[in-house]
Amino acid sequence: MQSEKNRTQLAALPMSLWALLFVGMSLLYIIGLSLLSRGEGFTSQGPLSLDNYARLGSPVYVKSLLLSMRLAGLTTLICLFMGYPFAYFIAKTRPRVRTWLLILLIAPFWTNALIRIYGWKILFYANGPLNTLLMRLGLIQRPLKLLYTEMSVLVGMVYAMIPFFVLPVYSSVERIDWTMVEASRDLGASPLKAFLTVTVPMTAPGMVAGLVLTFIPSIGLFFISDLLGGSNTMLWGNLIHNELLKSHDMPFAATLSVVLLLLTGLIILLYRRMGGKAENMFF
Amino acid sequence: MSETPLLSLRGLRKSFATQDALNGLDLDVYKGEFLTLLGPSGCGKTTTLRIIAGLETPTAGEVYLEGQNITSLPPEKRAVNTVFQNYALFPHMTVASNIGYGLCMRKVPKEEVKERVENMLHLVQLEGYGKRMPSQLSGGQRQRVAIARSAVLEPKLLLLDEPLGALDLQLRRQMQAELKKMQQQLGITFIYITHDQEEALNMSDRIALMRSGRFVQLDTPHNLYEHPATAFAATFIGETNLLEGRVTGIKGDDVMLDLDGISVPARTQDWVVPGQKLCLCVRAERLHYARKVPDSTCLQGTFIGSHYAGSDRTATIELRNGQTLLSRHTTEQEESVQPGETVCVWWDMETASLVRDDREGV
Repeated sequence: MQSEKNRTQLAALPMSLWALLFVGMSLLYIIGLSLLSRGEGFTSQGPLSLDNYARLGSPVYVKSLLLSMRLAGLTTLICLFMGYPFAYFIAKTRPRVRTWLLILLIAPFWTNALIRIYGWKILFYANGPLNTLLMRLGLIQRPLKLLYTEMSVLVGMVYAMIPFFVLPVYSSVERIDWTMVEASRDLGASPLKAFLTVTVPMTAPGMVAGLVLTFIPSIGLFFISDLLGGSNTMLWGNLIHNELLKSHDMPFAATLSVVLLLLTGLIILLYRRMGGKAENMFF
Repeated sequence: MSETPLLSLRGLRKSFATQDALNGLDLDVYKGEFLTLLGPSGCGKTTTLRIIAGLETPTAGEVYLEGQNITSLPPEKRAVNTVFQNYALFPHMTVASNIGYGLCMRKVPKEEVKERVENMLHLVQLEGYGKRMPSQLSGGQRQRVAIARSAVLEPKLLLLDEPLGALDLQLRRQMQAELKKMQQQLGITFIYITHDQEEALNMSDRIALMRSGRFVQLDTPHNLYEHPATAFAATFIGETNLLEGRVTGIKGDDVMLDLDGISVPARTQDWVVPGQKLCLCVRAERLHYARKVPDSTCLQGTFIGSHYAGSDRTATIELRNGQTLLSRHTTEQEESVQPGETVCVWWDMETASLVRDDREGV
């Protein structure tokens, strides 16, 4: 018994070391860095202060944070309303069709995400395929401004995030005991009522997981807004990117990262709190 | 019974992709009745129940509730409720919410829902359990919640799909009595599914014995046991000896059978014709044997042995033609016959019935 326990601990050692080194240490490094100030070139210098955090009050950052949250929120919402029916359909369809749909869902991951977003960029050009098509069909006279808008960023983000919503929801729909739904119909619920009072609560764990998995990465994404939004759409991720690679202000980039970390940490905490809470639904 | 039946099934058929589940069912169920669908697994019991509940659409035929054709009504529009085999309690709702669910769907005022749920909890002896979650209940308690959840809606017809299947024997016996009592208290008509013949005999007013999507026999427990219609009905319920034979002659109410060279008299049935091949069914407890030979007409056999089962003992006797017969008697009446001894076997003519041989093919 004792030796078995030792062996398990030994097997977990590389993972623990990895986490300590690359997650724990880097976190401490980032937090420490955020308390310093910018030095010559790519350096940082003391003394320790909260000056960087004081800078966050400026309208530029507040605006960017609100925009990031709004776009991430919209992305998540669109993923919910597009992804849930799709996940439901995959789980309920014939096994052969289901396999193909799952492959189609995962297939885009075989290509680098950056390349795929470039694909969208080409699609959105003023003289790109989408505008050409719309003009040929006579729906528009002059090319629409598709690229470098909030809309194009949103399309790109939904496109990138939707598999992360569909997969957890699919797995929770697939595990539903359908006699529960039959029981609710039997007790007098219409199909819609049965869906809302039984199917939705029973798939809630998958749905919440999907929401967290879409919202959290959406706040930090920077290359999609960079490519499809240009300089018009300054998301939080773009700010970090700019501070680091353009202004070479590592301490302030670290400060922005700490803010993002706190925000996502808060969401995960909320998610934990919500998990498996019993509720008295009717009276 | 001249009143209109509560439920009528007419020519009900159901085909699934690969096979026929129901092959034309006709059934009338009357108000207040406890009707059991009994049969081996795969005989179509559950499919029948699901069609009555509206969870399955029949391929052909109609379902009538109080004379109204409800074949195409969705489940939520039928005054019929189901107790599912695995209970299907909503895991995300408390016991009280589970029981109140149907009432809330019916838009019953909240105060009344509360009151009726309390009454129901009292009836199923689960007072004070309203705030618990289904996962915190024992199997027997969940079972009672499932019944309460359906019964609170006061359905015209309650369908129960092997509701006691998951319980252990002792609890099962206790619940059988409770269910029967509850059915009489509530005055609700029950259609009950089981594959347990003892349960069916104990609880039912009538039993519909099913096989391969057809009714084999629809009768009271007494008649089903005492006068089985076919060899399948005879063997499915109770311990039975089936003696294959041919009709050699009919005289009035009596018929002479040739059982492998031995002539045996039996009471005739209206469908029996001379020369017909059929079976004579003799229940194990109605078959007697003794060492002495009372008269020459008895069947002779060899005593093989017996096995003890507490209150009674079942003896195995092999006839000259190689067929083995079972004879069950209480341990008090035991006769000390040694294995290998020749014994005489007999039964009272009135307790044996002629049945159609439907054991092979369907």
